[in-house]
Amino acid sequence: MNMRETFAATVNQAMDEDPRVAVVLAVISAGMFRASAARHPGRVIDVGIREQAMIGVAGGLALTGMRPIVHSYAPFLVERPFEQVKLDLGHQDAGAVLVSIGASYDASGAGRTHQAPGDVALLDTLPGWTVYAPGHPDEVRDALAAAIPGQDRVYVRLSETANRTPLPVSGRLSVLRTGSPRSAGVVVAVGPMLDRVLEATSDLDVTVAYTATVRPFDREGLSALAGAAGNADVLVVEPYLRGTSAHEVAEALADRRHRQSGLGVARDREVRAYGTPAQHARVHGLDTEGIAKAARDFFLV
Amino acid sequence: MTTAAALSRYADLPALIGLMEGDEKHSGAAHSTLDVLWVLYDRVLAVAPDTAEDPARDRFLLSKGHGPAAFYAVLAARGFLDVPTLRGWAAFDSPLGHHPDRVLVPGAEIGSGSLGHGLPLGLGTALGLRARRIRRADGDEPRVVVLLGDGELDEGSNHEAIAVAGRLGTDNLTAVVVDNASSGHGWPGGIGRRFGVEGWEAREVSGRDHDALYGALTRPHTGRPLAVVARVRP
Repeated sequence: MNMRETFAATVNQAMDEDPRVAVVLAVISAGMFRASAARHPGRVIDVGIREQAMIGVAGGLALTGMRPIVHSYAPFLVERPFEQVKLDLGHQDAGAVLVSIGASYDASGAGRTHQAPGDVALLDTLPGWTVYAPGHPDEVRDALAAAIPGQDRVYVRLSETANRTPLPVSGRLSVLRTGSPRSAGVVVAVGPMLDRVLEATSDLDVTVAYTATVRPFDREGLSALAGAAGNADVLVVEPYLRGTSAHEVAEALADRRHRQSGLGVARDREVRAYGTPAQHARVHGLDTEGIAKAARDFFLV
Repeated sequence: MTTAAALSRYADLPALIGLMEGDEKHSGAAHSTLDVLWVLYDRVLAVAPDTAEDPARDRFLLSKGHGPAAFYAVLAARGFLDVPTLRGWAAFDSPLGHHPDRVLVPGAEIGSGSLGHGLPLGLGTALGLRARRIRRADGDEPRVVVLLGDGELDEGSNHEAIAVAGRLGTDNLTAVVVDNASSGHGWPGGIGRRFGVEGWEAREVSGRDHDALYGALTRPHTGRPLAVVARVRP
């Protein structure tokens, strides 16, 4: 199963087990929840192509004690109804689990309208959000298992790009490779970026760490890894807007001299091209070669 | 007689509003929502301070969060708020701002201010109560009543919720639109038609006539959500 199918299977099972769980949709993926809609009347709500109402309805459901799971393409889930996300969830002190598909450029052929590389940066302007960017379908299952029983606000960002092997969704940085005491620094790979980061840095003396839990960011873990490395130099490779986590790195390393750099989707231009996600990764320097070159440049090797 | 009991009548509302707005001559007529709010809390809604957390309570959502003095006055008259609290309104540490915050105001079901949020929230609340199969002690479904302004209806988010509520037959949802003709571009053919064509039961009454408001808010409307357009002088 890919991430989207894993999401649907996990949520359909949760609907059978937890009467608080409701699914709120704006047409996208409605077919994946049709059986649950028949089994659980009133708990799968498709509002039609109405994303403001989608988030507002989710907020109202939460105010009655339900646990809404809201789903669409990332731009229609986060960007279009952003004020509803801010007010109908956050300001009402209401919780929901928002699950997006499309990531930054999965819909490469669909163009800019279906792409939201700024989704995590936008949610970062609001307090109280837990953000997952899973790197494997099993991590989608684990992130949802952590999110659904709660009452808080959670964003799960699904992607069509995945790593070969799942890792635990612990909220902490997982260390995949430990550099020597004289190492050049630390590379943090987020979600689907891990496999290519490992390949791109295979000939460097660096520590490579991984997380699918973007917020809250494991500042303590990064501080410890940077302290153990030869240099407190940190390169973060994220699958969304470049530098989204720069402020977290700055906070984590505020007590020492350090350098940092971020790789991600370009901020300074709109890529007006179609093609494949791999071609977009190359344009943004997020393919293995681009990451390898940026890492050599940053670590001064 | 306690202070609260002494300030618990309709006739006391101007004095309560005066505690906030500091104008002793302030009349209730200056507040377009005052009569609707009073009839709702006095005669329609099954909610009181001691049931304010009851899952089976009726819910009132003030979507039109501007000018909330009438709302706060009614909450104080009904005992949700202490009367002295009104005096400090809009001060830094007051729970009462120029727009209500549900986290701060006892009895406020939503925070509002930005227009067009209450009806989608109310629809979700109505659908949540239905999904949870919650019933009041009298066996009825709890009601969800959302108050909007006619100017607020300009916001497209309302029309998303109007269409969805109509199509889903959410008959535990009521929208009260206080119409003081403040929508710049107006609503040719009337506000009620916007609801009626989407499958709502639409009723128009004077927003100052308590018995007419009570009738419009309580006559049966099975299977369809209810819209009450309450006209007041601009």
